[in-house]
Amino acid sequence: MMRDRLLAGAMSPDAIRCAVDSGSGAEDELSLFEPAEFDPNAGERGGYSNYSYWRSTFRVFLKNRVAFGFLVLLVALLAFTFIQPMLPGQRNPTKIHIDPATGMQFRNVPPGKEFWFGTNTIGQDLWSRIWSGTRTSLEIGLLVGIAEMLIGISFGAMWGYVRRLDAVVTEIYNVINNIPTTIILMLLAYIMRPSFKTMVIAMCATGWLGLARFVRNQIVIIRDREYNLASRCLGTPTRRIIMKNLLPYLVSVIMLQTALSIPGTIGWEVFLTYIGLGLPVSIPSLGNLVNEGRQIMMSPELRYQLVFPTIVLSLITISFYVLGNAFSDASDPRNHV
Amino acid sequence: MLLYTLKRLAQSIVTLFIVVTAVFMLMRLLPIEGYFGDGYDKLSASQREAVLHKMGMLDPWYVQMGRFYGGLLHGDLGVSSIYRKDVPVLEVIGPRVPYSMRFGIAATALALVAGLGMGVSMAKHKGGILDKVWTGYVVLVNAVPLAVYLLFIQLYGTSFFKLPLLFDKYRPESWILPAVSMSLGGIAGYAMWMRRYMVDELNKDYIKLARAKGLSQSAIMVRHVMRNAYVPMAQYLPASILMTISGSIYIESLYSIPGMGGLLVDVIQRQDNPMVQALVLIFSSVGIIGLFLGDLLMALFDPRIKLSKSEASR
Repeated sequence: MMRDRLLAGAMSPDAIRCAVDSGSGAEDELSLFEPAEFDPNAGERGGYSNYSYWRSTFRVFLKNRVAFGFLVLLVALLAFTFIQPMLPGQRNPTKIHIDPATGMQFRNVPPGKEFWFGTNTIGQDLWSRIWSGTRTSLEIGLLVGIAEMLIGISFGAMWGYVRRLDAVVTEIYNVINNIPTTIILMLLAYIMRPSFKTMVIAMCATGWLGLARFVRNQIVIIRDREYNLASRCLGTPTRRIIMKNLLPYLVSVIMLQTALSIPGTIGWEVFLTYIGLGLPVSIPSLGNLVNEGRQIMMSPELRYQLVFPTIVLSLITISFYVLGNAFSDASDPRNHV
Repeated sequence: MLLYTLKRLAQSIVTLFIVVTAVFMLMRLLPIEGYFGDGYDKLSASQREAVLHKMGMLDPWYVQMGRFYGGLLHGDLGVSSIYRKDVPVLEVIGPRVPYSMRFGIAATALALVAGLGMGVSMAKHKGGILDKVWTGYVVLVNAVPLAVYLLFIQLYGTSFFKLPLLFDKYRPESWILPAVSMSLGGIAGYAMWMRRYMVDELNKDYIKLARAKGLSQSAIMVRHVMRNAYVPMAQYLPASILMTISGSIYIESLYSIPGMGGLLVDVIQRQDNPMVQALVLIFSSVGIIGLFLGDLLMALFDPRIKLSKSEASR
């Protein structure tokens, strides 16, 4: 049956030519259908596809206007955050400014020419504090995001691929997953002294779990597909199967989780700071700034000290969230058509 | 069913045991100041040792552990050391439980009703203006840190609606904002889930068949689509309870509600170790019980689950 159809397919151009030849027979009509010159290169054309995974991913991504807008915004924000201390005329974020005329501190100066975003209750420049705080929070976010990705992937891959581990690790996962993340995070931060390191360790300890679980589920699904079976029969080492056959399949999930963990981490930092387990007050961070702003939020004329940090904070977290989702959509090959 | 329940119960108890042990171990790593009052600096080394000895902190760890488990079995969680000195922890927590429970239940119910309604309306007008507005809401709730948007709700919500800024148990209108705030995350979760579920489900063959049979749209919704939604919904419920716990810690403290969440923040700030330990245990138990009930509910609702072979499909 199959062969017949193939033969018929091979026949068809000839059949058309025959029909043209015999049907009309007129010279001028024949010129419409001239037999083509045999070109060996053209024969190869059908077998080649210029599909490239990453190019398609970016094409789909760029089609999403909203996400592209947020990408531009985020890149601009990040670039400015890291360039800001090198710009001329910037102030030290922890320096308390003193009015040379009166010898008093510049307390609660409203936003204006001298201090762009005003000063806080003890006379520190809010503008430079916000950018310095953003740097701190981003550092925590990126560190935790990358660490979670590494731990989550390697743990999830082993969990999914090695059958003997499955039952044990699943039980461990159930135990940890039964406790609210907030509680684990608070407990860990409470036990260690508040510092940058504490914050990073506590958040890494809770965050990798979700990603590991996701990777594990995907790997269980695709582990026994034919191509992996074939690969195993050919004697491919386990490490190579995981790295080459399984993980590329999961790029979209991993990108999404990592992108989401950054705003998540920044949010936890604000939360931990609020309950008194955050960074020391001497290090400006978005959490510390929001917390300082919260303490004076009852007087409307000082509210700018709360509003400015939250605007920057929200812009960053929303951008990461929208970008992560858009990128994970774009990196799914099913959306590449 | 009974066998499954027993098995799942045993699993929960083992989990609880492990959690209790882990919390106990971690608590031994804590700063020692948490067992003294304000006068820590004034005490000499030998006085400190005497206090610790009286509290049994210098005994070998297995003696301490045995005493801890023994106490737990009698419902004894120890005594507060700073927050309300020498008052049993249960006495401090007891009157606070009803507040937390009332807010938790109100928030979960609100999240369920509002979230599902929102999800259905999003799926119905897919791609329309309503869909976009609600999606914007979901993005905001998920992306902006909880600690920030709840603060702004308290700040501007109270002045806009003329509601009291702090909780007052004699003024019922002061209950509104905390309960609504607590449900926001759950609403977003349910709405997103419901929307995806409806969009997927409405394209399936059995719905087409039902339509071809001439069933009305509402009959299709009630008898077919919704009937199938119970199961995943039951599974999602415990997660939303967990979410309410996280929210409650922050919200109770913001509005000074005399509940357990606010208490946890208080005792952490004052470094009252026994209180922190007791509250962490209570919150973990709530989480474990919530997930246990969720699994039971799912087993009850879903006729497809063959309990005896539930693990074989892996």
